[in-house]
Amino acid sequence: MQALYAQLLVGLINGSFYALLSLGLAVIFGMLNIINFAHGALYMMGAFCAYFLLNVMGIGYWPALIIAPIVVGIFGMILERTMLQWLSGLDHLYGLLLTFGLALIIQGVFQNYFGSSGLPYSIPDELKGGMNLGFMYLPIYRGWVVIFSLIVCLGTWYLIERTRLGANLRAATENPTLVRAFGINVPRMITLTYGLGVGLAALAGVLSAPINQVRPLMGENVIIVVFAVVVIGGMGSIMGSIITGFALGVIEGLTKYFYPEASNTVVFVLMVLVLLVKPTGLTGRAA
Amino acid sequence: MKSKIIASLLLGTALSVASASFAAAQDKIVKIGVLSDQSGLYADLGGPGSTLAAQMAVEDSGLTAKGWKIDVISGDHQNKPDVGTAIARQWFDVDKADVIADVPNSGVALAVNNVVKEKNGVYINSGAATSDLSNAQCSPNTVHWTYDTYMLAHSTGQALVKAGGDSWFFLTADYAFGAALERDTTAVITANGGKVVGGVKHPLNTSDFSSFLLQAQSSKAKIIGLANAGGDTTNSIKQAAEFGIVKGGQKLAALLLFITDVKAIGLETAQGLNFTETFYWDLNDQTRAFSKKFAARMKNGAPPTMVQAGVYSGLIHYFKALDALGSNPHDGIKVVEKMKSMPTDDPLFGKGEIQPNGRTIHSAYLFEVKKPSESKAPWDFYKLIGTVPGDQAFTPLAQSTCALLKK
Repeated sequence: MQALYAQLLVGLINGSFYALLSLGLAVIFGMLNIINFAHGALYMMGAFCAYFLLNVMGIGYWPALIIAPIVVGIFGMILERTMLQWLSGLDHLYGLLLTFGLALIIQGVFQNYFGSSGLPYSIPDELKGGMNLGFMYLPIYRGWVVIFSLIVCLGTWYLIERTRLGANLRAATENPTLVRAFGINVPRMITLTYGLGVGLAALAGVLSAPINQVRPLMGENVIIVVFAVVVIGGMGSIMGSIITGFALGVIEGLTKYFYPEASNTVVFVLMVLVLLVKPTGLTGRAA
Repeated sequence: MKSKIIASLLLGTALSVASASFAAAQDKIVKIGVLSDQSGLYADLGGPGSTLAAQMAVEDSGLTAKGWKIDVISGDHQNKPDVGTAIARQWFDVDKADVIADVPNSGVALAVNNVVKEKNGVYINSGAATSDLSNAQCSPNTVHWTYDTYMLAHSTGQALVKAGGDSWFFLTADYAFGAALERDTTAVITANGGKVVGGVKHPLNTSDFSSFLLQAQSSKAKIIGLANAGGDTTNSIKQAAEFGIVKGGQKLAALLLFITDVKAIGLETAQGLNFTETFYWDLNDQTRAFSKKFAARMKNGAPPTMVQAGVYSGLIHYFKALDALGSNPHDGIKVVEKMKSMPTDDPLFGKGEIQPNGRTIHSAYLFEVKKPSESKAPWDFYKLIGTVPGDQAFTPLAQSTCALLKK
């Protein structure tokens, strides 16, 4: 039983990464109608950004939590301005192909310079060590990841669903022409939204740098799972992807305990089941 | 007039037959295919570095000066046996390759082994670990150069059991390599009076090991044996440190660790780990000289790994055999027999021999990862703590299950 609690908690930790990443994807899909396949590569860039800040400029983990998402977010906004904006109104497939190509290029460039085995990034001193919870030894850093990503996820949800800014944003996706008539700069808002989604990916990258190694292909492994999370949660649903992210982390953790060989596939089995029963995802609305 | 034409035709035929047989006697064309993981989790320990090692072997062999024409091509097997065998077949059938070198990932290596045998090529494997290549799956076309699971189990495994680590829990990569390493290490543990209390098989290329590590922790085993490689091993070690496993009194056994892995973990976390390799760049003047040349040509300035060094040395020995034969017979079995008949001696692995089952015998070294304060230069990571002579490190011939030995 003790072991089970521990697995549940470990699942929650992984779930926080899934939630942060799928949240960014959901924001981008919900507001821009783009299936952002470059999300994994941008997550990787966030981690590399933290690595460079530390090793080149001597800037530590805490400032990196803010600087890296901004830097990568600006990079994302440049991508949106120069390429993605021309795809609005076209079929989803074009956005998917473009971002997929971008992901391959970004990963290829990083791999060319840094190889594939990864660079170390150590846990900040303040969060080293762990607590004995009785049923398991919880590294403080992992506990921090769960709490911090919960706050960020709920904050983003609040921003989009409960504030005036979010209301404008949602209105702009429903009817851009009308919103423009109220004097709101819709293209700029779309660019900033993409920057926000990308920033969330970069933030997840910084958070994961001390746990996983910083390596060019770190996003490739995780992005497929995250897409499954978004599909299960319902494309474009903010709360849906947060909840599904955490829930799937826990389910995956349990699978690792009961039948480890299947831990890589369980998410996709669930995805197939959900698609068969409710094609719009658990919380999605019919298109 | 007619007779003149016939005469000239005859002369022409005679000349062309003569030149054809001349060409056969003097065939000095060789094509080497370096098949590796070029972009995945094993790319840094093999990959482009293995191709570079092969090119350096060609340059250092001195054969080009003797009129040989040697080409090196490379391919990416993506850690998929079907991709690996497809490339191997194409190399033999279309590109007329003679040798396939490297091939990390035991699953792919065993599949390619069959293709090379079928096509009667030469297979110099450096990157794969499974000891099956010189046992149940041995082939007259195959030389297994650098290391294998038997050697890893008998050096690192044995040393740890003898030091008191008598109960083990395995974290095993779920494919041919992990299974072979766990099997060979388990044999060593039980033979030395220890026992295996449990284990978990994880998928290849896993990024999160926390669940598996918690299971290892609750097993209360003294040693957690890592029967995995590359990124899987580095992640296991880093995350074990995070969960306080080493502080809790359990010891990690990295059964297979490469220098690129130590770099990725960082000395802070990796210090004190014991493991075995058959090559390290800082062993002696010769290895240092080679590694300096190698690193200068690597994009990231990394010294050669054991696998890349093995590609170089294996090919150097192959070229010696070709030189002794005088020309390329394009007959894999014949060349491998020649390689087995000559003692091996090269600057990187020293003196040794290739046994009749295809296993190359050379010394193995037990290393310990240095403390950050002891490391004086980039890539200065290892402290040599013991040397196992070749005849003790690898499977004794009497125990080998290779069918070639039963003639």
